[in-house]
Amino acid sequence: MSTEAHEDRISEVSKKFGITPEDYMLPARHMINLLDPDGTLREQSDQGTEPGHEYPLPSPAELMDAYSALAVGRRVNDQNSALVRQGRMAVYPSSHGQEACQVAASLCLEAGDWLFPTYRDTVAVLTKGVAPMEVMTSFRGEWHCGYDPKAYNCAPMSTPLTTQLLHAVGVAHAAKLRGENTVVVAMCGDGATSEGDFHEALNFAAVFKLPVIFFVQNNKYAISVPLAQQSAAPSLAHKAVGYGMAGERVDGNDLMALMAVMGRAVRLAREGNGPLLIEAHTYRMQAHTNADDDKRYREDAEVKGWIAKDPVTRMQAYLDDAGLLTEAAQAKITERAESVAKKLRDGMNQDADTPPSELFEHVFASKTTQLAEQQALLADELAREEA
Amino acid sequence: MTATTSRVNPNVSDATARAAAQAANENQPVTFGKALNTALADALVANDSVVIFGEDVGTLGGVFRITDGLTERFGTDRCFDTPLAESGIVGMAIGMAINEMRPVIEMQFDAFAYPAFEQIASHVAKMHNRTRGNVELPMVIRIPYAGGVGGVEHHCDSSEAYYAHTPGLKVFTPATVKDAYLMLREAIDSPDPVVFFEPKKLYWSKEQVDLAALAAEYEAKRAARTEGSARIARAGSDATLITYGPSVSTAMEAAKLAAEEGISLEVIDIRTIVPFDDETVCASVRKTGRAIVVAEAQGFVSVASEIVARVQERCFHSLAAPVLRVTGFDIPYPAPTLEKYNLPSAERILDAVDQLQWEA
Repeated sequence: MSTEAHEDRISEVSKKFGITPEDYMLPARHMINLLDPDGTLREQSDQGTEPGHEYPLPSPAELMDAYSALAVGRRVNDQNSALVRQGRMAVYPSSHGQEACQVAASLCLEAGDWLFPTYRDTVAVLTKGVAPMEVMTSFRGEWHCGYDPKAYNCAPMSTPLTTQLLHAVGVAHAAKLRGENTVVVAMCGDGATSEGDFHEALNFAAVFKLPVIFFVQNNKYAISVPLAQQSAAPSLAHKAVGYGMAGERVDGNDLMALMAVMGRAVRLAREGNGPLLIEAHTYRMQAHTNADDDKRYREDAEVKGWIAKDPVTRMQAYLDDAGLLTEAAQAKITERAESVAKKLRDGMNQDADTPPSELFEHVFASKTTQLAEQQALLADELAREEA
Repeated sequence: MTATTSRVNPNVSDATARAAAQAANENQPVTFGKALNTALADALVANDSVVIFGEDVGTLGGVFRITDGLTERFGTDRCFDTPLAESGIVGMAIGMAINEMRPVIEMQFDAFAYPAFEQIASHVAKMHNRTRGNVELPMVIRIPYAGGVGGVEHHCDSSEAYYAHTPGLKVFTPATVKDAYLMLREAIDSPDPVVFFEPKKLYWSKEQVDLAALAAEYEAKRAARTEGSARIARAGSDATLITYGPSVSTAMEAAKLAAEEGISLEVIDIRTIVPFDDETVCASVRKTGRAIVVAEAQGFVSVASEIVARVQERCFHSLAAPVLRVTGFDIPYPAPTLEKYNLPSAERILDAVDQLQWEA
């Protein structure tokens, strides 16, 4: 693949939008924001769009589906935090406040597309269709990821930072070699953009022109370290241009804007224009996990300031005003959210049943002699304990 | 598989190539490197999902020419160059393996594989376990390793212990031309990830091997499996030398010299460090009653240490002497002018043989 071919591709897609390749790759001057915090649709001139960076609004049906997933996501976050306090879950990194990003990351994909989430992306995984208890399996202290990634086209939630972005690149590459039309969304946070694999993944995806959307939820903190100590870049979206891909900033608490921006990114990727980098501005409303004390590194006032920008109330207000969210519709959504929460309560209140002998079963496709010996040793210990 | 760029039909050229190779090479010695190259080509023909990539493996054919001619023959969809980033190469291979491919990737030199260590230790080794067996990663990470070629710093490490210590990785290292072919084919066909260590100093070694016949034997499933199956490289009765990879030839040389002095040494080439063949190793030690482990890697907390421990645990009552080790020193791999002092030599092995309490 020659450098000329690469430049041609960027100039070709930029021509479609009537802008220069540089203007295609650089994010719009302001982040894309369609809804005000109070749910009012902004004037087009205030949406942050500019020539070549225009975003048609999602349809009312799409918005209602997304709102439903959003409400379920919020309920699940709060239910899980409660289950942790009750000692029924070992740990939970909540995405409270980031649910719009979570929902958009999955809803922009088609069934055959892949999602590569992190440990904080449980709501995205749930929205991809993974059963609630399967999503939360690892957080109750189990040794495995809880679901079959191939059954859902959803990778295990990655605990190491940005290593999964390269796996996303590989899945997209394999699909491209087979001539399949698969798009992959690879998720990470702002702190993760400092990792080496972030760089390698973006570079590989761009060089091989792969249909990967790198979706960065900039929630302002990597545990305790603020964004200013992670990066001196003008924005995380600006990093795209260094790899030869397009970047965009979007209000990560504005579900409508997220759907518009992610929707276009997926279309562009599927049409063969290579990868894109989307930075969503959001905020982690709770501590990193239940084991973290966020009062040691941020002011209460700062956290409270973000309550007014909440993604759930914002979308609800818009749909209310638009006459889409009838009382009956809201009741149905609440019922759905409660039913998922109940599944989690019921599931977590049952003790996990994991036979220790299974620890030896999946190290390799078939057990080595040595593992069989160790498995027998443990079985013998357990038998003597029982006797 | 639908190709996105044009490429030749490997099946057509393969029949011709194989026939020509057979006619020309039946009685020609082949190099270790050629055996690996042929194994890669045959695997590309045998399975559409095999893809080869890494640094300089395309047009150049690899710095050791192990992928020579593969891009030309199979096209850039099957064998291609990547950006220069080892973690990226391994990480992308993981994704491709998740998505039904069989990547065979090259780390250019042993020490240059270290940037990929997180991907290997945290994901390659654990994906199958983490997904409760739902996701297999049939991938091969080829690593040219060890010294004896006058390489400079970072080009001669024996890094096998790091990988063998990590549950979930299989670790292969061939020592003969025939094994180079068979073991690479097995590694590529394995449902598990294999770290495949190629002793650099053997790349140019030659043996009389009919590769076409070997290929036919392998594909008809008539070849004996090498995985988990140590090879008795030389039969003997007085003591056992247990070794692998680049040290097998040194051990064979020592055994030959010992025979001249009337000492009969058995040489075991363990072939696959993981899975380990306790049975063959212990049967030999129980027979001879004496053992020395020979390996080029530094000896402290090494594969050699592990073998000594296993033999001692299993064969204690058959032992007439402590199990000894002849390994590299616990120093960073030395400069080319000094490497001969570090490498286990036949003389050093024979000195160790002398210490096996023969008088007792």
